[in-house]
Amino acid sequence: METVWNYLTSRPTDAGWANWLVPTALQTLALMVVLLVALAFILLFDRKVWAAVQMRKGPNVVGPFGLLQSFADFFKFVFKEIVIPAGADRTIFIVAPLITFVLAFAAWAVVPVGPGLVVADINVGILYLFAISSLGVYGIIMGGWASNSKYPFLGSLRSAAQMVSYEVSIGFVIITVLLLVGSLNLTDIVESQNRGMGFLNWHFIPLFPMFVVFFVSALAETNRPPFDLPEAESELVAGYQVEYSSTPYLLFMIGEYLNIVLMCAMLTILFFGGWHSPIPWAPLDSIPLFWFGAKVVFFFFLFAMAKAIVPRYRYDQLMRLGWKVFLPLSLFYVVALAGLMVMFPGLAEHFQSWRQ
Amino acid sequence: MPIGTAAFLLFSAAAILSGLMVIASRNPVHSVLFLIAAFISAAGLFVLMGAEYLAMLLLVVYVGAVAVLFLFVVMMLDVDFVELKQGFLQYMPVAATVAVVVVVELIMAVAVWTAPSDAEIARAHPAPRAPEIVADPAGPNNIEALGLILYTDYAHYFQIAGIVLLVAMIGAIVMTFRVREGVRRQDVARQVGRRREEAVELVKVKTGQGI
Repeated sequence: METVWNYLTSRPTDAGWANWLVPTALQTLALMVVLLVALAFILLFDRKVWAAVQMRKGPNVVGPFGLLQSFADFFKFVFKEIVIPAGADRTIFIVAPLITFVLAFAAWAVVPVGPGLVVADINVGILYLFAISSLGVYGIIMGGWASNSKYPFLGSLRSAAQMVSYEVSIGFVIITVLLLVGSLNLTDIVESQNRGMGFLNWHFIPLFPMFVVFFVSALAETNRPPFDLPEAESELVAGYQVEYSSTPYLLFMIGEYLNIVLMCAMLTILFFGGWHSPIPWAPLDSIPLFWFGAKVVFFFFLFAMAKAIVPRYRYDQLMRLGWKVFLPLSLFYVVALAGLMVMFPGLAEHFQSWRQ
Repeated sequence: MPIGTAAFLLFSAAAILSGLMVIASRNPVHSVLFLIAAFISAAGLFVLMGAEYLAMLLLVVYVGAVAVLFLFVVMMLDVDFVELKQGFLQYMPVAATVAVVVVVELIMAVAVWTAPSDAEIARAHPAPRAPEIVADPAGPNNIEALGLILYTDYAHYFQIAGIVLLVAMIGAIVMTFRVREGVRRQDVARQVGRRREEAVELVKVKTGQGI
């Protein structure tokens, strides 16, 4: 057991490529399996929350409490026929869902789920996450365009404009966190929120407005209600995925939900102390994976509640919110925070005291 | 073969191939997609050189924002391939002349080119190549190193670049801005600030009379 764990985690780069590549591949595989299984239950959780708000029961037939519903859905999707519309650009039509799916998983490579539990602990982790999530728009644009049909194309154009707009404010929110931390490494960002006072050190307290901006922008970035205009069923049938069926549709759906969970993980890491327990007490601190999972599920619960209780925005209101409200607000916060940290060096010292 | 070399070969081959496909593919949307593939391969090469910050910046700025708008425009264009090919023979002489002139200029430029003395020195003391670069945990990382130079030695250039971008942005806004008559705008502050007294009027209605 001990030797297996050591083999999987040490990954020496100087002892031949096999000693490095095989453990990395195994780590990646483990992460993917855990993510996919967790996603199956998170999908069910989403539907259950939605149902509870509307006083329905939700899926309750397959397995106890409907626990196996997602697996049933999976087999249903996989065994259906793949329909490729006439006049579609076949290659791009098939590649688009793959891109969404692969990018959604690629982003998880840098997410630290516990102390030292990360596939790639790179220096520019948060930038990598930002870059990958900004690439996510390609799957949607390509899918909408390749379908060669009006509704998917309109849906994909809407989605692209929306994602590009909200990325701007997400970028500035990330910069405010980086100003407090002084590092782009995600493990450092988590550790910087562990200065001995539990949840009082977490970044959501000094950055509360930015936390709200990030949460709302994350809703828009992942095309979740109330910003699900790309797939507004009352106007666009189902947006960019109208023409998709079977496994390609499943890939789109998994990619989309994985991105939502990723955004929850980013909220956890940037603002809510990652894997640290809210109270600095040794027995509580010894279960880092539980805290990380619990926080991610909590944020997913907020996402599900937003879907259940908020009506959809109009498109021009969505753009107004992104460009005229969030962008000036986050820009002001960046400038104000940077100015304060230069003016009062004690403040910067207080926030960056984790470095010792 | 060390993993760094393999990755270098992979990324450079991908960059060259997708660069070729940008000009070779018939469909302009495919061209843009190959351009994006070329950008991503270039980002991979940056990572191999140890410039991970530049690689991520390339992805965020070029692939994530610029290329998206590019793709947007190209997808909206209604390209008619028959019409594109129509004047081919007619424009051929002009195109050939331009091509010849450019080639001759390139040859002349390369013929008189000599390596600057800095390059000679650099060649005598080769910089470590990608597989030989080792991370230096004590030294400043990418971003710190860039920041230390950019905000001290090159602070003025940095600000000038910012001003140029600002002027370009204002120019683009001025050129596309039109004042249109008769547009009804939504004033969210006024909607939210509306009181009950302004909006609702209670009327006592007598039975059978209406208002």
